[in-house]
Amino acid sequence: MMLAPFDPSAALGGGILIGLSAVLLLSLNGRIAGISNLLGGLVGAPAADVPWRLLFLAGLVAGVAVFQGATGLVPEARAAFPPWLLAAGGLLVGFGTSLGNGCTSGHGVCGLGRLSLRSLVAVLVFLGTGVVTAMIVRHGFGVA
Amino acid sequence: MARLLVSVAAGFLFGLGLVLSGMTQPARVLGFLDPLGAWDPTLLFVLGGAVGVTLVAFRFVLRRPAPLLAARYQLPESTRIDRPLVAGAVLFGIGWGVTGYCPGPGIALIASPTWETWVFLPAMLVGILAHRGFVTRRRGAIRQETPMSSSAPI
Repeated sequence: MMLAPFDPSAALGGGILIGLSAVLLLSLNGRIAGISNLLGGLVGAPAADVPWRLLFLAGLVAGVAVFQGATGLVPEARAAFPPWLLAAGGLLVGFGTSLGNGCTSGHGVCGLGRLSLRSLVAVLVFLGTGVVTAMIVRHGFGVA
Repeated sequence: MARLLVSVAAGFLFGLGLVLSGMTQPARVLGFLDPLGAWDPTLLFVLGGAVGVTLVAFRFVLRRPAPLLAARYQLPESTRIDRPLVAGAVLFGIGWGVTGYCPGPGIALIASPTWETWVFLPAMLVGILAHRGFVTRRRGAIRQETPMSSSAPI
């Protein structure tokens, strides 16, 4: 699947759905829709705390699968991307979000929504390092 | 039971939002993070749309004494801007800038598995477990000190 041109309405619409998901989970269940903590909380959580986390994650995968099935738009793997780099990046994403207690959804969507200064700092830091890293990897080393 | 249905529905909505907005495609995310290339503003619109909704709706939601289906809100307690927060965000930002995946799109990789799924997801899980092990060891070593802020759930 080729990358379609920037579609502001799809981007904004998708963002609104993500926001609504967070509102649904907080207003009804009292929980924060932060993916890294949803996932990390599975480790060592009390048994009663596991099912809702798994169901949220299963629902997420189902939402993606249904959309991809309906539209036929399935992302292709990057053939030229070095597997070791993807693995190293995955390690950093897992370790970093666990250490910093949140990711784009927890600190970004939910934390900013709660006007949390802590989350604002996290978002600015991971956006900043993300930008610097992407520029170095893509232009310094030519990996895309 | 109702709470579990809410969980799966909220997850579904989240996944739909991710894929509709294009955030499941790392090329879009990296296109945003890298302003030296053909800059892609998608992520800004996604985050803007999502935060626009939470910013308004959370005001009303958190004004209520409790959520509709649970006894209390379970919100992160820490407000400290400390070293684990900043160091974690730096490491996450590097991993994100390298791969184009944050945890949500990482999980979404399961919907249409490729080699990237089988490399990124296990690596991310190992990263989480490595940090958990690290925290457990340090806690054992410095029981007397104040608990690390990274133990607070978000």
